[in-house]
Amino acid sequence: MTLLEQFQLWLGGIWPDWAAYIVPGIVGILVVLGFVVISVIVFIWYERRLLGRFQIRLGPNRLGPEGIFQPLATALKILLKEDIVPAMGDKIIHWLAPVIVFVPVLMVFAVVPFGEKAILADLNVGIVYVVAISSVSAVGIYMAGWASNNKYALIAALRTVAQMVSYELPVVLAILGVVLMAGSMSMTQIVTAQTLPFIIFQPLGFVIFFLGTVAEMNRSPFDLLEADSEIVAGYHIEYSGMKFAMFYLGEYGHALAYACIISTLFLGGWQGPFLPPIIWLMIKVVAVFSVIVWMRATLPRLRVDQLMAFAWKGLLPMAIINLFIIAAEVLLLPEITPWIIVAMNFVFAGVLIVLWSKLFTLGGGRVEV
Amino acid sequence: MKFERYGIGIAKGMALTFKHLFRAPITVQYPEEKLAVSRRIRGNELVWFLDKCTGCATCAKACPQGNIEIVTHVGDENNYVVDKFEVDTGRCMFCGLCVEACPYDALAMGRSYERAQYRRGDVILNKEQLQMSDIRQPSGYARPKIEATLPRQNLLVYWDKKKGGQKLRWLSLSKKRGRGV
Repeated sequence: MTLLEQFQLWLGGIWPDWAAYIVPGIVGILVVLGFVVISVIVFIWYERRLLGRFQIRLGPNRLGPEGIFQPLATALKILLKEDIVPAMGDKIIHWLAPVIVFVPVLMVFAVVPFGEKAILADLNVGIVYVVAISSVSAVGIYMAGWASNNKYALIAALRTVAQMVSYELPVVLAILGVVLMAGSMSMTQIVTAQTLPFIIFQPLGFVIFFLGTVAEMNRSPFDLLEADSEIVAGYHIEYSGMKFAMFYLGEYGHALAYACIISTLFLGGWQGPFLPPIIWLMIKVVAVFSVIVWMRATLPRLRVDQLMAFAWKGLLPMAIINLFIIAAEVLLLPEITPWIIVAMNFVFAGVLIVLWSKLFTLGGGRVEV
Repeated sequence: MKFERYGIGIAKGMALTFKHLFRAPITVQYPEEKLAVSRRIRGNELVWFLDKCTGCATCAKACPQGNIEIVTHVGDENNYVVDKFEVDTGRCMFCGLCVEACPYDALAMGRSYERAQYRRGDVILNKEQLQMSDIRQPSGYARPKIEATLPRQNLLVYWDKKKGGQKLRWLSLSKKRGRGV
């Protein structure tokens, strides 16, 4: 029984049934919304500072201690800006797009377990829900690109659809490996199944899932849809003011959501010694986010054809083979000590990565890079 | 089989950026920290020395813009007395020709570079404003004697413990960094 259900039960003794059902839900939504918005603001600051340190700069450090209030100032500036809709654009879709990008991101947090009982909705198909909901924002981005009546925005929209659809497959197949090993699709049971974090059991699955999600949340080096040097700002080029803020919030919310999902699926979620569960989850989320920022600071952007090749020729076959390996291990070796499976999977991961990297050599491997 | 590919290049790049985390930032936090400018900087504004000026108006003739306005009368000892010496620094392009032309070293380029004004009239400087003061120091441009007295230029703010700098914190440096060179 989750904390929310306990709250509903307690309130049911005092208030009429319908109020006892609705009010805790609203409270839960507000808590999650507050958590997401505050975390996003902190994450924006954290990314800018960390990116600065990676580039031997300081980053924003003027407003407040260590510049912590800089995102607030940015938000205030954005809110005061004029809202512009392109003259020949589709106004309704232009209005709707930021909402459709942001709301699914918020909905993902409904199934993220922040503790043993601290989960908004313990769905028995939690991970399927995440996969289904997080794909919706691709539609929102496509709508934004289409309604803007701008060539750059449209290019970005088309790129987004290609990218999101391509990377959905390896991500789902990597999730299947986790589900096979945990024996459940419920997020809480996936966490409780991890006596050892699944990153140790499935290193290859983790790499595939991590790269796939980085591509899905459209961050560097897969940030083709807002590639500054090619298509200026991509899908949100015609957006300003509050609507742009929604996109910005959605982008970082996406990063936060996927960092939560990665922590839950592969890093043991809220489990950990000594500290309270929520602290452990946040430590893991910040660690995952730091790695994403680290990648952004290092790796150059992929070309479109490289992006597609990486998804279809690289991640997808590896994800399928990984799934087969995990399935065989779960089916044939259920009673074996975990460390043997760990060793086997590390060997498989190394061999597969070396074999598949052959596909990405220049000139069939004849050209030395 | 060479292990040049297989993600080794990515790992190398990631390791390089990771090392950058532990280097001191090269950012100069401008209003608090300032670098020593070049000793021969042609900074904003000129510095005029009243006692050295003979009123010969060579500077006014050298100026390509005609920015310098100089009015003199003949004094008691058969010399020029400068009545008016005005420079329109709004039109000045800081070429330094007037300083090079001056035969008596009575004019020098300034070292300052923060001389923006709120009114256009304020950039026209008269005799009193042009003289040397705390905020208006001469640079060593075409004036080797002044140049020898000035501090050397530096391009970075260095973190130096001996000169009163403080310990490196993880995200930022303390504001009391020492200066090198």
